[in-house]
Amino acid sequence: MSNIPQLLVHHPEDNVGVVVVEGLTAGTEMLCVVTHDNSDFRMVANMDIPIGHKVALKDLSEGDTVFKYGEDIGKMVGASGKGDHVHTHNCKTKRW
Amino acid sequence: MALDATNVTINAWRRENGRVGVRNHVLILPVDDISNAACEAVSNNVKGTMAIPHAYGRLQFGEDLDLHFRTIIGTGANPNVAAVVVIGIEPEWTKVIVDGIAKTGKPVEGFSIEQNGDFETIRAASWKAKEFVHWATELQKEPCLLNELWVSTKCGESDTTTGLSSCPTVGNMYDKLIPQGLYGCFGETSEITGAEHICAKRGATPEASEAFMKIWQAYQDDVIFAHQTDDLSDSQPTKGNILGGLTTIEEKAMGNLEKIGRTSTYIDAIGPAETPAKGPGLYFMDSSSAAAECVTLMAAGGYVIHTFPTGQGNVVGNPIVPVIKISGNPRTLRTMSEHIDVDVTGVLTREMTIDEAGDALIDMIMRTANGRNTAAETLGHREFSMTKLYRSA
Repeated sequence: MSNIPQLLVHHPEDNVGVVVVEGLTAGTEMLCVVTHDNSDFRMVANMDIPIGHKVALKDLSEGDTVFKYGEDIGKMVGASGKGDHVHTHNCKTKRW
Repeated sequence: MALDATNVTINAWRRENGRVGVRNHVLILPVDDISNAACEAVSNNVKGTMAIPHAYGRLQFGEDLDLHFRTIIGTGANPNVAAVVVIGIEPEWTKVIVDGIAKTGKPVEGFSIEQNGDFETIRAASWKAKEFVHWATELQKEPCLLNELWVSTKCGESDTTTGLSSCPTVGNMYDKLIPQGLYGCFGETSEITGAEHICAKRGATPEASEAFMKIWQAYQDDVIFAHQTDDLSDSQPTKGNILGGLTTIEEKAMGNLEKIGRTSTYIDAIGPAETPAKGPGLYFMDSSSAAAECVTLMAAGGYVIHTFPTGQGNVVGNPIVPVIKISGNPRTLRTMSEHIDVDVTGVLTREMTIDEAGDALIDMIMRTANGRNTAAETLGHREFSMTKLYRSA
């Protein structure tokens, strides 16, 4: 298998990662790399997800805090299963 | 072995005030919007000059007028500019600009249009511009130290790849060069929102952190809360950011802050277009997050090279400062590579480390300083956009 990751995660405590390849399709077993410590794992993408968009690394429920860069970047306003697309349809700022 | 910026030289122009410039422009600088036509006519008459038309300069007052003057004077005073012809509608404000630029010691001459008309003004200013071009084109470059450069940064059309690759590339460059005496500058007051608490912690002193928070809070109170009509979700993140995968302002701000690296701290927070006054180091500048406005303000502050990470593909340039574009988004490199100077897509494929990306950027800064035209320069991007604080009288 290729050593080029499909998903990058900033920080070990993050619960979302970023798709870094074009044309990712549902069912792809992604090589996921945590940039902070270069550790890696594999996970299946449940949907076609565009480059740059986020994927849940675990099951997330409405109200959960979303962590990226090891920091709070907002809250879930809908549920997302592990491997699902996380974006404006289910995640929102806590500021307003 | 890290590069020794206190010993590495670039070939550039040393100006009368000791500052180092990497371009040698003869500017035809309008004081106000209605002098643009005369400036463009002079620039057309005299090859090797550049007019930089803009939209403002009449009936401004108070802090807004101060900022206008500071921006115009700072642009003329920038070390990338060899000499300046200033044209304004009337003599008094024209003299304010000429006197401000003259403090650098560089050649500058002012012309005003009232009671002369465009024809006579253009005739007289063209003679002076021609004299300046002959003089400037004989100026010789000389070896200057890499750490004498002033290098600013701002990102645009950000997406999640900027936070992963191009912004940390700039951060790595700053982490390596700021401790060696480089002047750095970041800003984008509005786009720090969501990570202001983290930015506040990056002040080198409690005073620097306080100065930043004061600027940030004033922006919240005077701009956001004063003019807010909805919850702002429609404008921040922008539609382009959202297409690129950014969901919240917190996420966007965290990526933005990657530009100041892991270890760099800012020594002061300064007003828009202000010149840093506390010596070498990193500065936060109160500035718009709109690309052309921000680069214009930092250029007016005295910065001579701009580093610009982009995700979805911002195309901005500046008339006097080379803008180096850095991108790690493979789709952007595939669809609009003519705009990108430093390709860091290897960071996403794990074929390039951030350390290597930072070195590639430092190499491009040196090549740009030595004369390589940036993508934005070759494509004619000369956006000169004044920041306006409130309505004119």
